[in-house]
Amino acid sequence: MNDLKYVGTGVSREDGVDKVSGAARYTHDLALPGMLHTSIVRSPHASARIVSIKTEAAEALPGVRVVLTGEGLCYRLGLYMQDKCILAREVVRYQGEAVVAVAADTLDIARAACQLIEIEYEPLGAALDPREAMKEGAHLVHPDLGLYEHMQGVFFPKAGTNIAHHQKIRKGDFDNAFAAAPVKLEASFYNPPVQHVPMETHATIAQVLPGNRMEIWTSSQSPYTVRHLMSAAFGMPHASIRVHVPYVGGGFGGKAGLGLEPLAYVLSRAAGGRPVKVVATREEEFNTLPSRQGLHSTIEIGCSKDGKILAFKSTYTWDAGAYADYGVNIGRAAAYSGGGPYSIPNCWIDSYVVYTNKIFGTAYRGFGHLEILWGVERAMDMMARKLGLDPADFRRANLLKEGDTTITGEAFTSGHGSPVGCLDAAAEAIDWGTPSEQPSEPHKVRGKGIAMLHKAPAMPTYTSCGVVIKLDEDGGADILVSGVDYGQGTYTVLRQIAAEELKIPIERSHVTWDCDTAFSPYDWQTVASRFAYMGGNAVIQAAADCLKQIREMAAQALDASPDDIVCEDASAFVRGRPETKIPYGKLALGYTFPNGNSIGGPVIGHGRFIATGLTHLDPETGQGLPAQYWTYGAHAVEVEVDTETGEIEIVRIATAVDAGKVLNPKLVTGQVVGGVIQGLGSALWEGFRFDEKGRFLNPSFTDYKIPTAKDLPKEAKQIFLENPQPGGPYGARGVAEHPMISVPSAIGNALFDATGIEFTRLPLNYETILLAILAARAQEA
Amino acid sequence: MHTITFRINGERRTETVSPTATLLEMIRDQLHLTGTKEGCGIGECGACTVLLDGAPVTACLVLAAEIDGCEVRTIESEVVDGQLSLLQQAFIDAGAVQCGFCTPGMIMSARGLLLRNPHPTDEEIIEAIAGNLCRCTGYQAILDAIRSVVAEAGSRGGR
Repeated sequence: MNDLKYVGTGVSREDGVDKVSGAARYTHDLALPGMLHTSIVRSPHASARIVSIKTEAAEALPGVRVVLTGEGLCYRLGLYMQDKCILAREVVRYQGEAVVAVAADTLDIARAACQLIEIEYEPLGAALDPREAMKEGAHLVHPDLGLYEHMQGVFFPKAGTNIAHHQKIRKGDFDNAFAAAPVKLEASFYNPPVQHVPMETHATIAQVLPGNRMEIWTSSQSPYTVRHLMSAAFGMPHASIRVHVPYVGGGFGGKAGLGLEPLAYVLSRAAGGRPVKVVATREEEFNTLPSRQGLHSTIEIGCSKDGKILAFKSTYTWDAGAYADYGVNIGRAAAYSGGGPYSIPNCWIDSYVVYTNKIFGTAYRGFGHLEILWGVERAMDMMARKLGLDPADFRRANLLKEGDTTITGEAFTSGHGSPVGCLDAAAEAIDWGTPSEQPSEPHKVRGKGIAMLHKAPAMPTYTSCGVVIKLDEDGGADILVSGVDYGQGTYTVLRQIAAEELKIPIERSHVTWDCDTAFSPYDWQTVASRFAYMGGNAVIQAAADCLKQIREMAAQALDASPDDIVCEDASAFVRGRPETKIPYGKLALGYTFPNGNSIGGPVIGHGRFIATGLTHLDPETGQGLPAQYWTYGAHAVEVEVDTETGEIEIVRIATAVDAGKVLNPKLVTGQVVGGVIQGLGSALWEGFRFDEKGRFLNPSFTDYKIPTAKDLPKEAKQIFLENPQPGGPYGARGVAEHPMISVPSAIGNALFDATGIEFTRLPLNYETILLAILAARAQEA
Repeated sequence: MHTITFRINGERRTETVSPTATLLEMIRDQLHLTGTKEGCGIGECGACTVLLDGAPVTACLVLAAEIDGCEVRTIESEVVDGQLSLLQQAFIDAGAVQCGFCTPGMIMSARGLLLRNPHPTDEEIIEAIAGNLCRCTGYQAILDAIRSVVAEAGSRGGR
């Protein structure tokens, strides 16, 4: 593993040229001959019965080709939980839900037609707070829940309730251990729903083709999952569905699973096969398409006097919103990660995914972990103070170490990486242990905070990934994958690995852009920080397959044994006799002897990877192996608060992640910097607001602020530990989601250090901070 | 309908546009210059930033009919004779691009700044891109890219 030429170097992303020049084509940019444009009518009510829909005037508008309502679209779609219709049928379940769709010659006509549609609603009772919605007698968002198809043995919807899934973790004996614990803590926390905000909103073009076939171009993280779910929904063979994924303008989880594809398809079908484009407006991106779920957490911790965690209990009540297709899996992942990266002998976790009449939830970078760790890592600080211990020391004493077991019974080994190492590195970077130097202005205070993070890929036990490498006439390599690089940089990392393994120059190693299910081999979905890990392993195997074919041909050509053929510098030669070298270019399509005889054939290598050893979790205890690998990290932060205005500034933030192996320092640094700033958004500004009727109040960038270039920390440091991951490509593990997890927790902890106030609800905006300071002053007075 | 004559990326064009068409719609749908992106359509995200007579504007907030007699520059003007501009190359080198959807608007905002102020301060650089939202990069690498061009322009007076 020494002397790596490309792996571990800061190769620039190959897609950079297309992207800086404007040549990169996103689904937004595509148009097909005869293509129709779509506008939708959304529900103004959180919960109502659809009494009537009048579409005649819209249909009569010149240029309108299709007006569709949910009536007649008898489909229930989903990956884990099939609970969602393409357009609302009979009832609307959240304000913003798509009720009618119009496809017309131009977008202006489609929008004008939507204005002509009259819908009469009869408002119904609503479930708005998931804690209330769990109670008996609550308004049922899905009265037919018991009839819905779902992934069996993994998710357990409760018929006759709003509970889409209940995940339990039971380890040891919580009740007795907690009762006996001399130091106890109980605290509650809240995270609001938050939007992904990909800069490219969701966009799909679908075209129904003759012979019961369809072709789709879509801004998706999941080409094969889209194909599979479309196949299941519409009863078509997989080979009759072709899904293209061009450049994608950001995803962060929001473009996983199914999005607008079914709607575009039924519109094209109704339009006699004309291609139909559906592009979400920014408001629809907020208000119609899914978000991160809200979360109510209650956490109880019992400790010994010297600061060992004896018992941990948490209740996570997820505000799934109107549909829980992805929400159920977040509830599951949040449970098996739900104690944080600590050694907990007695653990009890209930994670409830609860339907409400609000915008529905889905995967968002971190998959529930930012949310649960907001509570867990704030609670750890509170507990440390009760014990009179330094928060870093308290964590260090309880972090998972070799010989410990996780809360699902997994043995923690040195191969997991070093949570303690991450804690120490982050702490040192902000001079932890030295109190903040206080500013000279009397109305400004500073404080420091630290928080741990962990996450494993949340994926089915059978998640797999295929790679094909084709050798070019010039000895270069074309790498075919169907994982999507929507900005993470994974394609660049895969071409580095291919160049390294094949011994070819990086300039000749390419990942073919634009996934296409007709040509690109299977990959489950591009989620869960697992593409570099799984794809990297599959590339290594595919390269080995290519090299085997090269060696066999070269051995014949050079009258040697394949074992004696050495591959170096894009050439094959007999060991110890470099003068015999044959450039790959002369082997890529088969080798031709001087007399014209030819052998071999095109070199095409195949590699694959499948998750190994994962098990379903026991439904009653949650015990089992959910994780292919874990990634650990820590943030340490220093904040400055203006006690007159509530303004908060990040003076410095240090992030340490155990990456196993840094495959590309430039790209991984970009992931961490970007993730931390995204985490800052969740910490300080972002959160959906609803009125008392469940109407969404801030679906725009004016009312929903995300971080801008003016909001950067004064100083941000990224630290990478490299304790190799057994089975990871070059020892690497995933790090894409992790940087944003626990940024709010570290800031909340620093805020306490600065102000002495315990913040339990996100976001920590200026108003929240100022009101808390004023309340604390009033109490003192 | 309005008939307007303007220059775009150095080329003189005459187009007929509807009175409600935005500059962004004309650029993307009529001229097929799809490098300019739409991120919100209501002037809040900066993805559609182009230069109008040298000054950055969000093309979604300008009516096409207003640009009669004007000079428009889009991202497509940055590549000359097949060569990336220093600014474009700096974005690649600094790792300032991830998903790339904000990148054209970001580069045009930076270009507008450098045209009016070849030696901006750090505060001026931040101010110039404060209206361009990016969800991937955390802005740091973008600022680094622009700073590196400013530093280089000091010695080369670069394009």
